[in-house]
Amino acid sequence: MAITKEAIKTFGLTEEQLLEMHYKMLLARAVSVRQRVLQRMGKGPMTFSGEGHEAVQVGTAFALRPGRDWVFAYYRDVAVALTVGMTPVEILRGFFARRDDISSGGRNMPSRFSHPDLRIVSGSAPIATQIPHAVGAALAAKLRKLDEISVAYFGDGATSTGDWHESMNFAGVHKLPMVFVCEFNGYAISVPWRKQAAIENVAVRAAGYGFPGVTLNGNDVLEVYGAMTEAVKRARSGEGPTLIEAKTYRLQPHSSDDDDRRYRTREEVEQWAQKDPIVVFAMSLHELGVLDDKSEQELNDRVNREVDEATDKVEQESTPEPESALRHVFVEGGASNG
Amino acid sequence: MAEKNMVEAIHDAMFEEMKRDDRIIVMGEDVGEGGVFRATDGFVAEFGEERCMDTPLAESCIVGAAIGASLNGIIPIAEIQFADFSHPAFDQLVSEAARLHYRSNGTWSCPIVVRTPYGSGIHGGPYHSQSIEAFYAHVPGLKVICVASPYDAKGLLKSAIRDPNPVVFLEHKKAYRAFRQEIPDGDYTIPIGQAETKREGSDISLITYGMMTHHSLKAAETLEQEDGTSVEVIDLRTVSPWDKERVLGSVKKTGKALIVYEDNITGGFGAEVAATIAQDAFDYLDGPVTRVASPDVPISPYSGILEEYILPNPEKIAEAIRKLAAY
Repeated sequence: MAITKEAIKTFGLTEEQLLEMHYKMLLARAVSVRQRVLQRMGKGPMTFSGEGHEAVQVGTAFALRPGRDWVFAYYRDVAVALTVGMTPVEILRGFFARRDDISSGGRNMPSRFSHPDLRIVSGSAPIATQIPHAVGAALAAKLRKLDEISVAYFGDGATSTGDWHESMNFAGVHKLPMVFVCEFNGYAISVPWRKQAAIENVAVRAAGYGFPGVTLNGNDVLEVYGAMTEAVKRARSGEGPTLIEAKTYRLQPHSSDDDDRRYRTREEVEQWAQKDPIVVFAMSLHELGVLDDKSEQELNDRVNREVDEATDKVEQESTPEPESALRHVFVEGGASNG
Repeated sequence: MAEKNMVEAIHDAMFEEMKRDDRIIVMGEDVGEGGVFRATDGFVAEFGEERCMDTPLAESCIVGAAIGASLNGIIPIAEIQFADFSHPAFDQLVSEAARLHYRSNGTWSCPIVVRTPYGSGIHGGPYHSQSIEAFYAHVPGLKVICVASPYDAKGLLKSAIRDPNPVVFLEHKKAYRAFRQEIPDGDYTIPIGQAETKREGSDISLITYGMMTHHSLKAAETLEQEDGTSVEVIDLRTVSPWDKERVLGSVKKTGKALIVYEDNITGGFGAEVAATIAQDAFDYLDGPVTRVASPDVPISPYSGILEEYILPNPEKIAEAIRKLAAY
């Protein structure tokens, strides 16, 4: 879908909202880049980049109600976390494993975003295990007649797992208020899609579970937002789940420990870099007259300043007390459901 | 007081809890029509299909969805039809339920109960007989309960449902209808992590749990009558956390420890009990810490002859007591 004034009118987005989307994409990019640089400097053991996925993440998360809708993200979803309301400080505390890290207090790997007040639920590393949790949260919302939906985020690799299929089926049977968002980047680390599945578009599988699946350009933030808005409306009105397959590309290796030159040609990466969702959206905003050179520079400066300040702040913060490693195996203080 | 068998006691525990607290639901395969062991008989009529929910046949999603529901104000009791079929949910239990609270630095918690029938002695063959407690007792963050009597089952299941942590609740299926027991009217609970001395004794401490408690009590009676040996029988009831204090106190009194469990001997939960006794009660020991358990073959063959050969029974336990008593 081309970004035209008419299309934007259809989505009901104001100029401020368009700029906010752009800002979140830029912020996510800068936070990912910063973590890669810091990792190279030896400031932390590991990073996972979300670079390239920003349009899918911002476009979907922008359609949610922070703190009411449930977010089951995975490790690429830095822009989801930021759009729902986490701050660069909170993200970087995870990277630096600081005591006050809201996600895990330095216990989980970086990019396992968690924020109870924002209903971003702590995730793990096995692929797709968060998806049944998204199903459960949606089931609870339905049983309790709450006006809440649940979103499961995952990559194409997840769509081979039992948990993914079991969850799709469960959600279909119970017409749960949820959205499945596949950030399809064509690789499960090094394994290309053609070795993962015998179909071109994973969205067709939704039909087998009794609900719609849509395939779309995941580098177009407004196309994603439009589809997500529809999916969210379906979920909220009791019509059941939707599978959104957003085709995108991971511009960096899987993690700081991965060398993608072994399995992706530089030409392929360069081709996708030409379709960088942030560059594409910035151009559209220029064409629409929402952004000009001056305001773009100001926005970039603002993002860089925020990430610089966050880095400086968090780097000075306290690390966890060593003996705190023994805490929180079980709920402390005798809390009870009795 | 009323006489109940263990399935009835489990049924009543859930029924009473669901009446008390409408956040509690049951979910699993065939639970809607009452369950293959009838633990949820009449639940749909009383609570409706939403609170006694038949699920697709997919154990990982049953446990995973229970975890997710528990984050959003529901207290789920997930039923896995047989412990042998819980393995597809291992990832959800070990990677997710057990670690969620820890990995989120105590900010998320997961109040679920996973109930499942375990154990052999019913000609169940290799896939309706397994003991799975050692897998989960090894995992910090999970509580693991093994019951084989009506009174304990009801009191401990209520505690499990009220516990804010994930609990694996293992019900020995041979004990479901093997005997009846007086159960008090009204509400009662048994604390998780508390063993019970089922029989006092002074010569040997016999530490056990599950169906082996019944076999051990029989063996202890035989020894008392035939040899005059006084055996103290302790039923752990909970294997994680387990009641080290009671076990060590008993061993320090008798000087001898026999551990009896149904699972394969290697790496079974009794191995942990043996190691703890060896380390913490060494100065009091007057004989080798001894184990009676099943040999290392997949438990258990379908044929009654083969099954009987594999499993510990009162005779095998009695023989082990005699050997240990002779030290």
